[in-house]
Amino acid sequence: MKLVIIDYGMGNIRSVVSAFKYLGIDDIVVSNKYEDIKSADKLLLPGVGSFRKAMSNIKDKNIDKYLEEVVLQDKKPILGICLGMQLLGSFSEEDGSTEGLNYIDMKCKKFSIKDLKVPHVGFNQVNINTNSILFSDFSDKSDFYFTHSYKAEANIDICQSTCVYGDEFIVSYEKDNIIGVQFHPELSQNNGLKLLKNFIKKF
Amino acid sequence: MLRKRIIFTLIYENGFFNQSRNFRLQKVGNIKWLERNYKFKEIAFSLDELIVLNASKKEKNLEEFTKVLNNLVDDVFIPIAAGGGIRTIDDAKLLFKNGADKLVINSILYENRELVKNLVQIYGSQSLVANIDYKKVEGVNRIFINNGTKELNVDFNEYIKEIEELAVGEVYLNSIEKDGTGFGYDIETVSSIDKLGIPLILAGGAGNEKHLEEGLRLENVSAVATANLFNFVGDGLPKSRENILNKGINIARWLKC
Repeated sequence: MKLVIIDYGMGNIRSVVSAFKYLGIDDIVVSNKYEDIKSADKLLLPGVGSFRKAMSNIKDKNIDKYLEEVVLQDKKPILGICLGMQLLGSFSEEDGSTEGLNYIDMKCKKFSIKDLKVPHVGFNQVNINTNSILFSDFSDKSDFYFTHSYKAEANIDICQSTCVYGDEFIVSYEKDNIIGVQFHPELSQNNGLKLLKNFIKKF
Repeated sequence: MLRKRIIFTLIYENGFFNQSRNFRLQKVGNIKWLERNYKFKEIAFSLDELIVLNASKKEKNLEEFTKVLNNLVDDVFIPIAAGGGIRTIDDAKLLFKNGADKLVINSILYENRELVKNLVQIYGSQSLVANIDYKKVEGVNRIFINNGTKELNVDFNEYIKEIEELAVGEVYLNSIEKDGTGFGYDIETVSSIDKLGIPLILAGGAGNEKHLEEGLRLENVSAVATANLFNFVGDGLPKSRENILNKGINIARWLKC
């Protein structure tokens, strides 16, 4: 099993790598090269940072073209984490409106509820949809670590779990081989490790 | 519901972790010592976050510090915020590359706000923790930078507001007087400050479980931090967390190993 973690020059990749290593995955490649992405069994799109900067890095390195081939045509499973989850969507208002990779019909908006502390930082309870494959063998409410200022809005058919902060919003989706989580499983203790294991085993 | 957090702060200086008391450092041990005598990896399974601060005073050897950071990241599955001596974008880059999930910034909040704005733009608000050190001078709270050595001629509450306006993600408010004493947090000050629009981390003074609990019960506090290696050694922290959870305080629950 070859896991390719897509490196577009932003955020922290180290903790994702160490989480997968801990789970016994040996063949982990951090790369933005076509040969690596093409030969992956599973892909991971990590990320913390600004949506606009991330998209411009992705386009500069042609990662969008590689992913289109590998994710949309070859149907390789991809897990987007945090900003990675948002980048797989249609667009974000962050730092001026920016288009995403557009695999998931979803837009991201800033938390804008009065008196609500932004960013949303810390562990929060996720309400899990029982049909979820990613959350196999989880109880219906589990804590995961979040850190983000923008939240996703999407159609209910891709929505597999939600969380309440101000109001209820989408924190994960599973659409065939395309999976995204708003929280950071690699920073969510044993809950997160179990979720990453599910991604590796069940997709 | 968003949970409150328990954070441990490791104070690093020239190869060693330290116990700090009122910002005077006492050498405790290097990373091997920490793992051997403190079972740090086990303790990390009862923490929400880890903060690692480079308090080396003369030359801040970032290279050496990043090695330590790198070692910590393996087998610790919680966010790590690192800082101390960040003065350039390259410093920030280096820390992120070596496993930091967030940066802790302090002196540049006063000395180089352009850099802070740049960091916000590149890495996002949620990646920046603003560390504000303060102590009372003639009965009034005063802000200090450069490892607590330089007093600023600014108003305490105004400064906190200005920092918030820089669009940083969180404020880490640390009492120099309470630091390392184990006497408890400066509840009076934290209760008196205006409500912030960003999460507030309370630091300085925690010596036991009761102190952590006291801090977590404050409405405007999102997280409590302790840097007290001596008081929370061994199973001190895991037990505290369990007890605090059992009292119904709103902190995260995780699956057991």
